[in-house]
Amino acid sequence: MPIEANGKVFETDEEGYLANINEWEPAVAEAMAKEDDLELTDEHWDIINFLREYYEEYQIAPAVRVLTKAVGKKLGKEKGNSKYLYGLFPYGPGKQACRYAGLPKPTGCV
Amino acid sequence: MADLYTVNKSPFEKNSLEDAIRFSSEGASILLIEDGVYGAMAGTAVSDLVAGATGRKFYALRADLKARGIAEDRLIDGVELVDYAGFVDLVVNHDKVQAWL
Amino acid sequence: MSDVKKFMYLNRRAPYGTIYAWESLEVVLIGAAFDQEVSLMFVDDGVFQLVKGSDTSESDMKNFTPTYRTLGDYGVRHMYVDKASLEARGLTQDDLIEVAWEDWETEEEVDNIVEILDSKEIAKKLEESDVVFSF
Repeated sequence: MPIEANGKVFETDEEGYLANINEWEPAVAEAMAKEDDLELTDEHWDIINFLREYYEEYQIAPAVRVLTKAVGKKLGKEKGNSKYLYGLFPYGPGKQACRYAGLPKPTGCV
Repeated sequence: MADLYTVNKSPFEKNSLEDAIRFSSEGASILLIEDGVYGAMAGTAVSDLVAGATGRKFYALRADLKARGIAEDRLIDGVELVDYAGFVDLVVNHDKVQAWL
Repeated sequence: MSDVKKFMYLNRRAPYGTIYAWESLEVVLIGAAFDQEVSLMFVDDGVFQLVKGSDTSESDMKNFTPTYRTLGDYGVRHMYVDKASLEARGLTQDDLIEVAWEDWETEEEVDNIVEILDSKEIAKKLEESDVVFSF
């Protein structure tokens, strides 16, 4: 299902992940969140931006446990746990946050 | 006119490059692509294959060198870099192409 | 923790030309979830997998060389490189990427887990492993 954001149409794969990561813009995340009835806060954006930086550096979407540990290190211990991350992204921080960030599905995620 | 030989295998793993040189005639061109570009590196155990071959002109595909992190200053003298358009030009300007896999 | 096994991934193929290197890397990334002791070995053309400076912008391939640098975060503790294979290819440790490792609990850090070994040392590492996966 293609997704509409900022007056443009973005192609996605059959699971809703953006087809071309280079096309991503913040409006894509907003539009995806709206479809999930979720309002993006600064806390959400911290994770989304973190994921984009991680992908830029390593060219993969991190596994959830790598994400959790790295978030704890970068954004503070109180945020580096799955309770906090699932609170923000109820469909799973790996899948949902990566999708909003325009990343592919994390390797090993089924 | 002469033939264009393409070699796409690593010279450390297969003897495709060695054979392409051995079974080519004076004046032939040998284009290294994919893992074949490792044959263009200077200072390796197999550098003499290319460096020691006389009467053959060697080319290497730039995109494949870059993908493998091989900088131009690591190449054997005389190896000429080509892009995809240059690959096409080589094909057009030779009698035929022999792929040594 | 007697059920922790020593897994060794043995890499002998160059990256990009064939699918082996990427397949191996994917298995390591997925397998990291299973809390085993994971080491990677690079011999023959496998040493080319760690050569830095990869740029795939002109070849329409996924550039997975930077991905090796996150393996420490995936619990990979050792990445061994065969000295003879490096030398035969005119390479030194300076040509290879660096991979940092850190224990998140104890904050113990290693700046670079990429280590060059001679064949005798490699034989020993392989022998000490419980399982060797070949790519």
